Amino acid sequence: MHPVVKLIAQRLALGMLLLLAASALIFVGTQILPGDVAQSILGQSATPQSLANLRAEMGLNEPALSRYFSWLFNAVQGDLGVALSNGQDIASSMGKRLSNTLFLAICAAIVAVPLAIILGLIAVRYQGRWPDRVISTVTLATVSVPEFLLGYIAMFFLSVQFRIFPSLATVYDGMTLLERLNAIALPVIVLVLVVLGHMMRMTRAAILNVMQSAYVETAELKGLRKFTIIARHALPNAIAPVVNVVMLNLAYLVVGVVVVEVVFVYPGMGQYLVDHVSKRDVPVVQACGLVFAAVYIGLNLVADIVSILSNPRLRHPK
Amino acid sequence: MTALLEVKDLKIEATAYPPGESPRNITIVQGISFAVEKGKVLGLIGESGAGKSTIGLSSMAYGRGGVRITGGSVLVNGVDVLQAGSAGLRSLRGREVTYVAQSAAAAFNPAKKLMEQVIEATLHHKLMSREEAEARAITLFARLGLPKPETIGNRYPHQVSGGQLQRVMTAMALCPKPDLVVFDEPTTALDVTTQIEVLAAIKEAIAETGVAALYITHDLAVVAQVADHIMVLQSGEMVEYGTTDHIINRPTMDYTKALVSVRSIEHVEKSGGDPVLSIKGITARYRGTNFDVLKDITLDLPAAQTLAIVGESGSGKSTLARVITGLLPPSAGSITFNGRTLAPDFEKRPRDDLREVQMIYQMADVAMNPRQTVGTIIGRPLEFYFGLRGDEKKQRIQELLDEIEMGEGFLDRYPAELSGGQKQRVCIARALAAKPKLIICDEVTSALDPLVADGILKLLLNLQKTENVAYLFITHDLATVRAIADSIAVMYQGRVVRYGPKTDVLSPPFDDYTDLLLSSVPEMKLGWLERTIANRKMEAAGN
Repeated sequence: MHPVVKLIAQRLALGMLLLLAASALIFVGTQILPGDVAQSILGQSATPQSLANLRAEMGLNEPALSRYFSWLFNAVQGDLGVALSNGQDIASSMGKRLSNTLFLAICAAIVAVPLAIILGLIAVRYQGRWPDRVISTVTLATVSVPEFLLGYIAMFFLSVQFRIFPSLATVYDGMTLLERLNAIALPVIVLVLVVLGHMMRMTRAAILNVMQSAYVETAELKGLRKFTIIARHALPNAIAPVVNVVMLNLAYLVVGVVVVEVVFVYPGMGQYLVDHVSKRDVPVVQACGLVFAAVYIGLNLVADIVSILSNPRLRHPK
Repeated sequence: MTALLEVKDLKIEATAYPPGESPRNITIVQGISFAVEKGKVLGLIGESGAGKSTIGLSSMAYGRGGVRITGGSVLVNGVDVLQAGSAGLRSLRGREVTYVAQSAAAAFNPAKKLMEQVIEATLHHKLMSREEAEARAITLFARLGLPKPETIGNRYPHQVSGGQLQRVMTAMALCPKPDLVVFDEPTTALDVTTQIEVLAAIKEAIAETGVAALYITHDLAVVAQVADHIMVLQSGEMVEYGTTDHIINRPTMDYTKALVSVRSIEHVEKSGGDPVLSIKGITARYRGTNFDVLKDITLDLPAAQTLAIVGESGSGKSTLARVITGLLPPSAGSITFNGRTLAPDFEKRPRDDLREVQMIYQMADVAMNPRQTVGTIIGRPLEFYFGLRGDEKKQRIQELLDEIEMGEGFLDRYPAELSGGQKQRVCIARALAAKPKLIICDEVTSALDPLVADGILKLLLNLQKTENVAYLFITHDLATVRAIADSIAVMYQGRVVRYGPKTDVLSPPFDDYTDLLLSSVPEMKLGWLERTIANRKMEAAGN
């Protein structure tokens, strides 16, 4: 078997194992919260008798291990259970929220990833000169400002002062793509600003590291232009660290957007999670946790695989 | 005839940043003038720090790190490249002047195929079409004796050997049909048996393409084979300049004479005596592999004598050292030391066994903690093995410093403040501090300049007399072996192919491998390369 296939198969197996471990942690985490689902449903009207009845009805008297496995078994088949607060099927109501979040994340990524890499290349090309300094300072500033503040600043200028974009990212069925893009412009801008700095700085550092290599000197002594050297000789050898940080930021765009979604009242996963946490809707919280973990592990898996594939020693063994 | 390259009164400076002081300018190269005519080869020779590479790269107006060319002129085809702007330099580099680096393994981009890199400069300067450039590259591959010239360009750098890579790099430099090629120690990193092949290939390619060359090396015997003229450099200044014949056969300056007569240490071999170290039937492999790196090795080393282990890289020399020190327990065989059987794993050896076997390494600077002073480094084994403290320890450190011919002033210095030879001396003192019966020397002179290496070898020989210590001397350099060994074991692919007293091993009749090894060592004679290659061709035809 080709060593790359073997390595990738190993990573995939490891990813599944990790996801399993994450699911166990999520389940345990919600179990050790005080009270249980029956109590949260009944709330004030709980009597010992009604509690016991509901527990028996919901299978809460079963041992934790068997409840975990039946939850996991259903989740694997796409059945995430029923929300306590409104009795809706979690999988179907979350589906829409998840697609909204993914839409927002993908839009932000399409802008942020190429922008970060290009800015990184420019910073290396003009290392220590003013373009480098401006890029580094501005991106450092945008990472340092908390995202909710960035959100309100963007809202103040772009929608209140100049009225370019709507302040609330309201989306609903039947919007055209253009309308949708207009609606999410502000959260996209904020997300881009939040993730840009990290990716750009990592790109810059990774390429600068490679620029010390003897083969960069060889390229210079061939009379190539600096930018050609950076793009053709340095970047291909810096892919692994760059992809890793890009994937971490993409994962953040899906998993960490809670604050931004709340600021712009965007109907995504973050809003959904926050709503149900406040209602102590444990099955929904568990389901969200599981989806977030899957996204996180999946993207990091992609980063690992890209790193493996970008290594010529692994791709073309002796 | 006008000169292709004309360097006049070159001055090169750099900025030094001494710790705790303000930065200051240091002069690296001063007052260098020379000219290279079309189709001629100039050899630049000197020890490390002599400014050879810096001068070579100045022909492309390139300074490594913070190095700046601050004076003089460098004319290539009559144009001063120091006055050329960045666009002018880009059109010079890779078109008129090309460069062959010392470590081809590092100088190739690991992520790109060889062909892509070989023709890159040619395409970039629009000298040929892609088809023409590839055809020329394949012709050059064939001329340089590379296997499968049609397809080797499709490989990645890690898929070919070091010697092949060095030849591909030469092809890369010749591909754009430059006027001048700068060869910067192109064979230094290669095994001696590979070096001769690469050297012959380079010489042939230079002759056939009529290109002029600057050939930089620290090995006078090597440069004598390829250069028409030689310039001897020391600390950035010219010592002597002349034809190759003049420099090799009639040197006038003392420094050149010292370089020519280097490694002429006479060492009369000792024989007999009881073995301090006996290795019997050692077979070893690294964990997780199914390949024996050492196969059935049996050797004896008498007390206070030197056994040299010779062979090329990958022959198992250093692995043998790891087995003896217990870092790699063997899968079969036993080691007897001082009449006791040594535990295979060093963690199971009593402290006295550990003390009596010491090691000195090739890279002295990485074998020392850069944050410890010389005194601390040498004092550590004194505390660890003998529990010495205070004045007693101080006195012993002083004795050891005297033994390695270094004065009191070195006690408080850090490794970074020492020269390469001094660092290796400190490592020797650290090994001696343990009062060992055996010191394993792993390529201890390979990273040093010839004159410095000579000093280290003389020191080791003297210490052997006074301290009665035996050396297991691992090296790929046969001149070193001649200088120091009492007995020799030649290793090839994990086996000992020839073993015995020095004079026996080095006298005919030879086995094939030892013959190849011995005949590949460059001799300081004009025409040695041609004669050796011609001999080999005749033998091959005769067989």
